[in-house]
Amino acid sequence: MNIFLGWGARARGLFADNKGPWGSSGGGDEPPRPDGAGPWGDPPPRKRSSASGGSSPALDEFLRRSRARFGGGGGAGFPGRPDRSIVIWAIIGLVVLWLAFTSVHSIAPGQRGVVMQFGRYHSTLGPGVGFTLPSPIDRVKKIDVENIRSVDLGLADNDDLMLTGDQNLLDIAYSVRWNIRTPELYLFELAEPDTTIKEVAESSMRAVISQVSLNDAMGDKRADIELRVAENMQRVLDGYHSGIQIQGIAIKQADPPDAVNDAFKEVTAAQQDAKSYINQANAYALQITAKAQGEATAFDKVYEQYKLAPDVTRRRMYYETMEQVLSKVDKTIVEAPGVTPYLPLPQVQQSQRRGPGQ
Amino acid sequence: MIDLVRSRPILTAILGLFLLVVLLGSFPIVPETKQAVVVRFGKPVRIYNQYKPGRPIGAQGAGINWRLPFAEDIVWIDKRVLDVDMQRQQVLSTDQRRLQVDAFARYRIVDPQLMFIRARTEQQLNEQLRPILGSEVRNELGRVSFASLLTPERQGIMQDVRTSLNRIARQYGVEILDVRIKKTDLPDGAPLQSAYESMRTARLQEARSIRAQGMKQAQIIQAEADAQASRTYAASFGRDAQFYDFYRAMQSYRTTFIGEPGAKAPAPTTIVLSPQNDYLKEFTGRSR
Repeated sequence: MNIFLGWGARARGLFADNKGPWGSSGGGDEPPRPDGAGPWGDPPPRKRSSASGGSSPALDEFLRRSRARFGGGGGAGFPGRPDRSIVIWAIIGLVVLWLAFTSVHSIAPGQRGVVMQFGRYHSTLGPGVGFTLPSPIDRVKKIDVENIRSVDLGLADNDDLMLTGDQNLLDIAYSVRWNIRTPELYLFELAEPDTTIKEVAESSMRAVISQVSLNDAMGDKRADIELRVAENMQRVLDGYHSGIQIQGIAIKQADPPDAVNDAFKEVTAAQQDAKSYINQANAYALQITAKAQGEATAFDKVYEQYKLAPDVTRRRMYYETMEQVLSKVDKTIVEAPGVTPYLPLPQVQQSQRRGPGQ
Repeated sequence: MIDLVRSRPILTAILGLFLLVVLLGSFPIVPETKQAVVVRFGKPVRIYNQYKPGRPIGAQGAGINWRLPFAEDIVWIDKRVLDVDMQRQQVLSTDQRRLQVDAFARYRIVDPQLMFIRARTEQQLNEQLRPILGSEVRNELGRVSFASLLTPERQGIMQDVRTSLNRIARQYGVEILDVRIKKTDLPDGAPLQSAYESMRTARLQEARSIRAQGMKQAQIIQAEADAQASRTYAASFGRDAQFYDFYRAMQSYRTTFIGEPGAKAPAPTTIVLSPQNDYLKEFTGRSR
């Protein structure tokens, strides 16, 4: 498109240049002109106004002529004349503005201006104010170099799965951040920079993912993967002389595909189960060892005392225990040997149970 | 001349316009991104702004050039790195597994004249390269096993594809910069489902093994604790087995008949004692 614009502008310029001799030949028509009736009185200015970007020699000529006309008239009061000079001045003003706008360029801090001279790369303007030749000759294309762009890839909604090294499938979403390092390379070397970045990113990501296992890709190797993809991409893009700098890759999401998500949740559940088994075992262990220590210590204490007076302590413990035991239970003392087996025990129990209540 | 202009204004204007167009056409502007093949009556005669490796941007070539009006035409050919996308190919690896492969190649037209003769336009070139790329990728990938497609070896395979593709591309004046696999997917349907199934079973197996490991560790911990407790008991009680027997019996009676402190009392018990019982030995009033 720019090419055509360039052509057009150039066409206009050449048109004016070409017409230079005509203009002077028109100047030769000067004498009849004061009559105002000459057939050529009007067409040349009209043509000129259509050629707004006309070159200065033709305009100077025109100017000189009109000045002469104005002076010659001496304010004689031709009604059309002053209007015509205003038009001329307006045209001159426009041309000056055009020159000013197209040869002075202010380049913002994050930008570079790529200067093309008749389509051929000339130089690159840094930030600040840059001067070039006016528009049809030099054209400046401003390129944002500092601005870091971001491309999102592998969005979660499209079912785009990658194969991992252990032949599992991975649902991954990531973004690539890049900026332009060399604007002239970016402009002239790649036909479709955006598509190229996307494709190279996808290709690199898949190449790296296909060399790691699923668990690594989902887990702690992410940073490593990001780094490797970025390096890989940079190498490929440098191979194209793309002038693109990869700033980084960010993996936003790396999950197993939806279809098998339940199985992965099962693993998490199993991990928690295993942990709870171990916790329970630990609790049991604490309990049982503490109990053992407590009982052993109690025994040791008693034993120390027992050692001092074995017989007495033994009897004392025996009586104390029996006392406690027998005071809490129902007792039946049977004198004669051999009776015991024939006692209707339940009845005895019942009568005795009733006994205390009555 | 002046008379002619004055008498035939319209004619001269048309003539002037015509001259202008011819003049403009004689000095074409070659942009930095294009190579221009100048064709004289259908025969390429010279090239402007041809790509040469290592030549910096802005060197001689682009800009204003010339041509003979009417006799010479200009064919514009892109100078930049172009891409050709392969249609999705199904590749059968040596171990009979199917893969859907998307690949792309980046190329540059290094000999525009040859390219113009062989392919005429960029679009036609692209259309001719595409099937070639597809078949090369299929051929090369068909020679390796499925697993090696997922390894660093893949780079080497792509290098092979590039080499063989370059051999053909040279005939079109094209240089292949590189060939890369964009996607390797399992085909929909059975292969994908079986991949899912194997993932699922692998996970379930992992889950089961994690649980088993957890149980194993729990058991070990419990056994160790039991052993520890047992050691503690033995170290302490072993000092006097007889006294331990007595001591423990006393404890046991208490627990059995009274119940442990805080716990529910045991069922009521009836004890039938003989006066000869050791506890009642003083009951009879006579010393033994």
